[in-house]
Amino acid sequence: MKRITTVLLSGLFLVGCGGGGGDASGGGEGGTPAAAATGPTGTATITGSISFAGAAPANPAIDMSEEQACRDKYQSQPTNPQVVVNDGKLANVFVYVKSGLPDGATYPAPAAPVVLDQDGCLYHPRVLGILVGQSLEIRNSDPVLHNIKAVPTVNRGFNISQPTAGMTSSRTFNSPEVMVPLECNVHGWMNAYLGVMSHPFFAVSAEDGTFTISGLPAGSYEIEAWHETQGVKTMSVTVADGGSATADFSFGPSA
Amino acid sequence: MTTVATHSEAAAHAHVDDRSFLRKYIFSTDHKIIGIQFLLMSLLFLLVGGTLAMIIRWQQGYPGQAMPGAGVLPETMAADGIILPEFYNSLVTMHGTFMVFFAIMPLLVGVFGNYLIPLKIGAADMAFPRINMASFWIAVPAGILMIVGFFVEGGHAAAGWTGYAPLSAVPEYTGVSLGQQIWCVSLIVLGLSSILGSMNYISTVINLRAPGMTWFRLPLSIWALFITAILVLLAMPILSGALIMLLFDQVLGTHFFLPAQGGQPLLWQHLFWFFGHPEVYILILPAMGFVSDIIANGSRKPIFGYHSMVFAIAAIGFLGWMVWGHHMFQSGMNPTLGTSFMISTMLIAVPSAIKTFNWLGTLWGGSIRFHVPMLHALAFVSMFVIGGLSGVFMASTPVDIYIHDTYFIVAHIHYVLFGGSLFALFAAITFWYPKMFGKLMSPRLGKLHFWLTFIFYNMTFFPMHQLGLQGHMRRIYDPTVYQFLDHLGGLNRFITISAFLLFASQLIFAYSFIAGWFRGEKAPENPWDDTGLEWTTPSPPPHGNWPETPTVHHPPYEFSSPLARDGDFLPQTREVKPLPDPAPTSTPADTPASR
Amino acid sequence: MNWLLPPGASTFAGDIDRIYYIILVITTIAFVVVQAGLVWFLIKYRARPGRKALYTHGNMKAEVIWTAIPAVTVIVIGLMSGGVWNHIKGRDSVPADAIPLAVHASQFEWNVTYPGPDGQLGSADDFTVRNQLHVPVDRPVAVMLTAEDVIHSFNVPAFRIKQDAVPGMHIRTWFQATQTGEYELGCAELCGLGHYRMRAVVTVHTAEDYERWLTERAQTVSLR
Repeated sequence: MKRITTVLLSGLFLVGCGGGGGDASGGGEGGTPAAAATGPTGTATITGSISFAGAAPANPAIDMSEEQACRDKYQSQPTNPQVVVNDGKLANVFVYVKSGLPDGATYPAPAAPVVLDQDGCLYHPRVLGILVGQSLEIRNSDPVLHNIKAVPTVNRGFNISQPTAGMTSSRTFNSPEVMVPLECNVHGWMNAYLGVMSHPFFAVSAEDGTFTISGLPAGSYEIEAWHETQGVKTMSVTVADGGSATADFSFGPSA
Repeated sequence: MTTVATHSEAAAHAHVDDRSFLRKYIFSTDHKIIGIQFLLMSLLFLLVGGTLAMIIRWQQGYPGQAMPGAGVLPETMAADGIILPEFYNSLVTMHGTFMVFFAIMPLLVGVFGNYLIPLKIGAADMAFPRINMASFWIAVPAGILMIVGFFVEGGHAAAGWTGYAPLSAVPEYTGVSLGQQIWCVSLIVLGLSSILGSMNYISTVINLRAPGMTWFRLPLSIWALFITAILVLLAMPILSGALIMLLFDQVLGTHFFLPAQGGQPLLWQHLFWFFGHPEVYILILPAMGFVSDIIANGSRKPIFGYHSMVFAIAAIGFLGWMVWGHHMFQSGMNPTLGTSFMISTMLIAVPSAIKTFNWLGTLWGGSIRFHVPMLHALAFVSMFVIGGLSGVFMASTPVDIYIHDTYFIVAHIHYVLFGGSLFALFAAITFWYPKMFGKLMSPRLGKLHFWLTFIFYNMTFFPMHQLGLQGHMRRIYDPTVYQFLDHLGGLNRFITISAFLLFASQLIFAYSFIAGWFRGEKAPENPWDDTGLEWTTPSPPPHGNWPETPTVHHPPYEFSSPLARDGDFLPQTREVKPLPDPAPTSTPADTPASR
Repeated sequence: MNWLLPPGASTFAGDIDRIYYIILVITTIAFVVVQAGLVWFLIKYRARPGRKALYTHGNMKAEVIWTAIPAVTVIVIGLMSGGVWNHIKGRDSVPADAIPLAVHASQFEWNVTYPGPDGQLGSADDFTVRNQLHVPVDRPVAVMLTAEDVIHSFNVPAFRIKQDAVPGMHIRTWFQATQTGEYELGCAELCGLGHYRMRAVVTVHTAEDYERWLTERAQTVSLR
């Protein structure tokens, strides 16, 4: 009798506990990273300008006719800003230090969140960077249902809804990942791209194509520039203490 | 089939009961205690399922409005008190899951299968009492796990209680990963509990019938539980297999149901419904069995057409394996299959009709006592007829094109599961409560509970037929999105308020149940003047049920038998000497035969 | 309680509604007979002092009658239904001259691809519109249903059509609208958090309006 009970109870525990943690992704949410030595910072700066050589492709028009509340926010035909070129300069390029920092260097996540807004049925900003452990605050400025689906490969994904204007939701990411795609399924054209970084040395090129990465310690770095359709380019840069270096990239068919 | 010699355990029960409290009430092998354990657990889950339904109804009646009390919900479930769409999908999923698997099924099979089978066949206990105990204690972690699912990251399963793949198989489509896996594991574990239980019921009915308890002297409740147990034994493993495949797709990278790598979403549906349809007969057959016992008792007449009733139970059990495709008419499977499943589905209406007419035949010419169990049993007949008739509409493949996945289906489900099974359960609980607890429930409270429930139940679910006929889809978080549903807001609110009142009325039952247990009048051995074997032993019966194995002399339901001497019924175990005078007794007055 | 169906706007509605009403009449008769019988018996045979119940175990003739009548009834309903079903859903039932459309269901949009002026799907002048289904009145339309991710269901209640869209499958369904106007398409298979909002506007045009719309639209760039 006692033997049967023991066997049965062990079986129950095995079966009962077997179902947990089936998620295949490596870096789950929840645990804070172990407090390692804080990575080095400095006073060096890398600046640059991203240009687009050649004819800029026309961005596809978005048919928002079945989402009038969003369509009303536009004076003219809204387009999907996949390639944003102004005067030969490319915006929305994610530039970051790919290597050159000491292995395992960690940087504290800022308390202030990174804000992602949904306005006019588009994500603003379209490309953004965030630190591991930093809060991504997602806001809905549209009076329509949006869902925010994150499809990372390393981090744990999520798929949450915001049915009304004014709603905010927060998420954090535990592992560095370039880039985590975000999408809305109610509006299939909505995309955003999130670079999750273990260090704060990244930037997104502005409307005029310029970017600045500051606070770097002296050293040699590999800098990568990522664009959602134009691909990836890298460059090596060396900076001295208090110094500054330039890293210009060129994308496009004639680059 | 011959009766089997008494099992060695059946003899000499008059021993001193020296079991510890733990052995007597917690880890008990006594089928009566296990039955009561299932009862308490299932009633708790009935409450959980009902609470979830209240939130669903709030959202349907007042879409987009903050729900009172929603402030306690985390931001993953509600924002500013407004239920979120993904939580709504979880609610409909978990309402169905808890009600089907953790409330109705264990109430019908776990409670009454356990409690009634040995008592009504004259056995001291089940064939395998320790496996019986295991069956309950395996169900408990399954239930706990299912509750835990609400508290994990990503929330609980949200792909419907039917769990269609690929929605259920790929976390990114719902945002739910752990919750859906827990759902699978919990149901697999519960399946084990059910399989062990049913194996026990089958063995017990076949082998432990008391001398004289031939197959055709078994009460219909036992026939129903027996056939149901066979269905459980055959159907649950299919569900378990399908769930394992789904779990593997979720976590192991297999693709049974994922088309990108060659899998088939429809395979899930075939497997699920091949289990799922016998499952719904599992959910109704025992109910029909209890209702037969109680209607015969309340009418003071033998059940009309006993052999036809047995045949009908077997026919339903058998035909139930051939109709699963009627859940899949619009699924994309070959339309020719639709026609063949339509024919089998139409045919299965026939044995249910046979049963309904036999219940009416039992009432005909009776001397009807309207005790509380009888009220519920009569409501069963009435409501089940509505549920069955609504089924004819959806059995017709072209009509199903229109009503599939609408509230017409929801109305049908609830008429057979609530109007049918749950009313039968209220009948069974109130009928066997005195035997279980040795106390009487208050008839006044019982009648009040019955009438309020009956009225609010119909006010809640009957209008859902209309919602469906207007095209109102199932499982939609906010019907106001659609203009063609605009005019149904008032009806949805009416249903919601009726549902709240229905839920509130169950407090009467809960109070009556608890008050009866602690303060109820002591119950005699046979408060209902019934013929079954369980009424020939004290209320509650001692461990071992009888000091000596009883011997059965008569069929069940010998009410108003001319052989009855005191009272108007002949217990199955009563040994009756033949009448000295061979002349027939006078025909009763005011019956059709005497006119 | 309203048992009437809302107005239908396709050729299928006549057949489906007719079968529905026949079943409604049959089930109403059954309902009345059983419920009234039930109530009558409860009143007539309630326990009263001095009355004894009739001791009988059944009646084989009654069994035969109440087995045969329901059996014949349901078989008749089944036979009636089979022909209509074949006409609507039969694999060979799609009219040869039906206008071909492709509807791709995904979480949570309906993307409808039109064949463009050349009338052929799969050619260069196809264009895709989000959440709008445009068809001409009194012409058969054949929809090739596909799904991107999970099972959705192509459901236009006014046309009495409903067909699941299953990922990995190409499922053809057809209909013919009989009345101009605007109707709604609503997903009828739980497909995620946006299921309730997976709606498209269905516009049934006159023949001329349909041509005009086709020409206008074909000139705009298809989205995504």
